[in-house]
Amino acid sequence: MRVTQGCFSFLPDLTDEQITAQVQFCLEKGWAVNIEFTDDPHPRNTYWDMWGLPMFDLRDAAGIMKELTECRRVYGDRYIRMSGFDSSHGWESVRISFIVNRPKEENGFRLERQETDGRSIRYTTRAYSVDRPEGSRYAGDA
Amino acid sequence: MNQAATQQPATEAADKPPVSSIDLRKEFESVAIAPVLEQLDRELIGLVPVKTRIREIASLLLVERIRQKMALATTFPTLHMSFTGNPGTGKTTVAMRIAGILHKLGFVRRGHVINVTRDDLVGQYIGHTAPKTKEILKKAMGGVLFIDEAYYLYRPENERDYGQESIEILLQIMESQREDLVVILAGYGDRMEKFFQSNPGFRSRIAHHIDFPDYSDPELLAIADLMLQDQNYHFSPDAREAFVRYIAVRKTQPLFSNARSIRNALDRIRLRQANRLVADLDRVLTGGDVMSIEASDVLASRVFADSANGKAR
Repeated sequence: MRVTQGCFSFLPDLTDEQITAQVQFCLEKGWAVNIEFTDDPHPRNTYWDMWGLPMFDLRDAAGIMKELTECRRVYGDRYIRMSGFDSSHGWESVRISFIVNRPKEENGFRLERQETDGRSIRYTTRAYSVDRPEGSRYAGDA
Repeated sequence: MNQAATQQPATEAADKPPVSSIDLRKEFESVAIAPVLEQLDRELIGLVPVKTRIREIASLLLVERIRQKMALATTFPTLHMSFTGNPGTGKTTVAMRIAGILHKLGFVRRGHVINVTRDDLVGQYIGHTAPKTKEILKKAMGGVLFIDEAYYLYRPENERDYGQESIEILLQIMESQREDLVVILAGYGDRMEKFFQSNPGFRSRIAHHIDFPDYSDPELLAIADLMLQDQNYHFSPDAREAFVRYIAVRKTQPLFSNARSIRNALDRIRLRQANRLVADLDRVLTGGDVMSIEASDVLASRVFADSANGKAR
């Protein structure tokens, strides 16, 4: 099942050219673009790992694309996303975030039903991939 | 989301079929090289080797564009440069200009300058240098990285110096991302020569070694005139004559650093002019008074006194 988080996730995967254009757009807005990766695709997982240091004060997308290439080389079997952080007063938050790399096989989520008091049911989702230990969740597919 | 940037349309050149002949003048005018070169001639005095090289680079751009239209093989030229010359010969000034010129000519995408010295590139402990250098390089992407006094990067007397690590990263990026970044090294001639001798990789990766000559006396005077003009001052005829003598005397004294010495001299002359004007409070000043620098302002300089003492001794 295709994970749809952030911008453009219902579109076909962005090409590197398109990613470059998006990154340049963010830089021209004055946002700091950072690269994050994870192997836990749960939509409520906000704690992605950051690739390298935050990248402030860049003018051109080339530097970020180089980091992305590096990140893909190391974590090509995981989800990688770009985020544009707006540090201006009043915003101070992420303004855009989009996925730039996915595992080959996205094996989706299991829906769990828990019967509780009375006839109530609680629902939760769990990614099949997290059944395996961190770091080897998508290793077989890469 | 509608805030997203749309993808850039493919370049025109790629869509059109190759052409067999091109009107050179039309092409020349479309790139707008001429105004850039004229501005350079107007605003920078002397520096013939530098101007020649920029002219060559501009011509190359034109030819590459034409070749592209004719569907011939084009290669991106190596633009890394090294500026050597004595203090105050305009190395930094030219580097700042060159970013703008390369941008107008379309060789760099953004045209900003990141001005760094050893401190910005080299870390203080093991593992600190690489991220630091890479961060600077990322900031410089799309523009010009200007490394002032580049020879400090390499310290042969300390074999555990982290400068070498920084040099290796620089060399790698200079080679692999030539389209994204132009590196300009600057420094005094003899020390840069030593630096290149111990880092032969650097010399071969830099295509343009430009030596900045010392300025002649008339050039220095022209520079002084230009500086004053920018600040809305001018020499009176006597003062101009005195300044010609000032240049001749100052040149023979130690620690003469070309245009920088001239700038400092002018700053001091402006101080003396202000002092002279303020000394007499009971008068009405005209614009001409405030703008004009008199011979006495120049002649009060310590340079003349020192040279007189030197002769007496």
